[in-house]
Amino acid sequence: MRLINQIPARPLVVLLAALPFVAVFIAYAIGSDIRLEANPQDKLLPAPSTIAETAQRLFTEPDRRSKEILLWKDTFASLTRLLGGVGISAALSLMIGLAIGLLPYSRSAFSSFIAVLSMVPPLALLPILFIVFGLGETSKIVLIVIGITPFMTRDLAQRVLEIPQEQIVKAQTLGASSGVIALRVALPQVLPRLISNVRLSLGSAWLFLIAAEAVASNVGLGYRIFLVRRYLAMDVILTYVIWITLLAFVIDWLLKTLSRKAFPWMEAGL
Amino acid sequence: MSFVSVSNVWQKYGNRSILERVNVEIHEGEFISIVGASGCGKSTFLRMLLAQERPHRGTISIDGGPTAKEPNRERGVVFQKYSVFPHLSVRENLVAAESFDTRFGRLSGAKRKAALERADAMLERIGLNHVADQYPAALSGGMQQRLAIGQAMTAKPRILLLDEPFGALDPGTRLQMHDFLLELRDETNMTVFMVTHDLQEGFKLGDRVLVFDKPRWDPHDPGMHGATITYDFDARDGGIPFQLKENADVSA
Repeated sequence: MRLINQIPARPLVVLLAALPFVAVFIAYAIGSDIRLEANPQDKLLPAPSTIAETAQRLFTEPDRRSKEILLWKDTFASLTRLLGGVGISAALSLMIGLAIGLLPYSRSAFSSFIAVLSMVPPLALLPILFIVFGLGETSKIVLIVIGITPFMTRDLAQRVLEIPQEQIVKAQTLGASSGVIALRVALPQVLPRLISNVRLSLGSAWLFLIAAEAVASNVGLGYRIFLVRRYLAMDVILTYVIWITLLAFVIDWLLKTLSRKAFPWMEAGL
Repeated sequence: MSFVSVSNVWQKYGNRSILERVNVEIHEGEFISIVGASGCGKSTFLRMLLAQERPHRGTISIDGGPTAKEPNRERGVVFQKYSVFPHLSVRENLVAAESFDTRFGRLSGAKRKAALERADAMLERIGLNHVADQYPAALSGGMQQRLAIGQAMTAKPRILLLDEPFGALDPGTRLQMHDFLLELRDETNMTVFMVTHDLQEGFKLGDRVLVFDKPRWDPHDPGMHGATITYDFDARDGGIPFQLKENADVSA
């Protein structure tokens, strides 16, 4: 039988899905073991048990000076920035995308501008943002917004344009104004796309967030990673990396679930 | 006094003439079938009736009004596909025919309740009450087209435009849709324009059959001359002398 027609059975699917995770963990454990054998003081590849201990300490024990658990404080600060930036981007891209997709005048005015804007490398603008908006929260949120809005806007405008012309004409024959067409025909049909855009953009959003926090901040997940780098505290860095990955995964999963629950008509044909 | 009056209409895209000298007078309540070869401008003619396109020259008036600049509630339309809103349930699609004409596209309170009742009555009539809460994607092609026709009728247009409404349906469903449309027509006496590829369908349903073709043909420049109405058949009483043999060769 051809390889493309060979489908794994259910238990095998679970096993295969777990395989890469297990493989990476074992490879790390072996590597760590070899290094620690040669030099028990080695800091580069801490043993998994060390990481687990560090993680437990980071999640539960408050800082001696500030009496606060730094990891939760960092998480809160970073998530606020991330969700703020992504939320603003989503709202902006939705409004501009609808305008470009529906109104020929705004399409003429903005579509090439957005296309050029999306080519500007956002990280290159970071120094400007720090100069203009200062080192506080604003510059970090603005970096995320600048980084992901143009891409999301272009995609949403494209989706609006892909709504069959028949539907737009039909709505007009039912007496719908431009506003009603935007609100009741176009908007509900691009909302699922907006959510999948947000899911795609979250990776870049984390990148911009951590970059901004690494350069100038006093709290945040990215800040902490770059701070402890000075002490080669790999156990802390790895804990933070795993934590960020977990957060990103949960946010992605929540959005996916929301999309499925909120837009039942998407799957009606399946 | 004619109801829809098309006088001296021309249409061209760039240098390509599509239609020229189209003149026709339609009485209220007539069912007009429009037939012709592919690319002869029959869909263009329908789009102009719909006011999705404006004629290059000439006027199209409904009940003595001016040539419309954009589609409005005077005209109902059913396309071959994409005529209903995929994100609204079957019932909400019918309510939309009333609510879209408001400021924010929504009805509330007593108005919405009344609209829902009318929607349910229409669902009964088009035989879709058992799928009222489903989404269009879950419906068969024939059911979607019935919904599209019901939705267009709910808005109470003055003329109904059908652009190959049964083109994507299988022959059996198509026959059912013919009966459905004829029934609906007897009840409402609506003025209908239907573009079709199927001559038999055109003669079966229509009171008149308009044939679009190019009367002049320049072999050096095919885009030089446009099409016009070359025949205007009286298709009442089964289209005598073009007798229809029902069930003769439906699949052909």
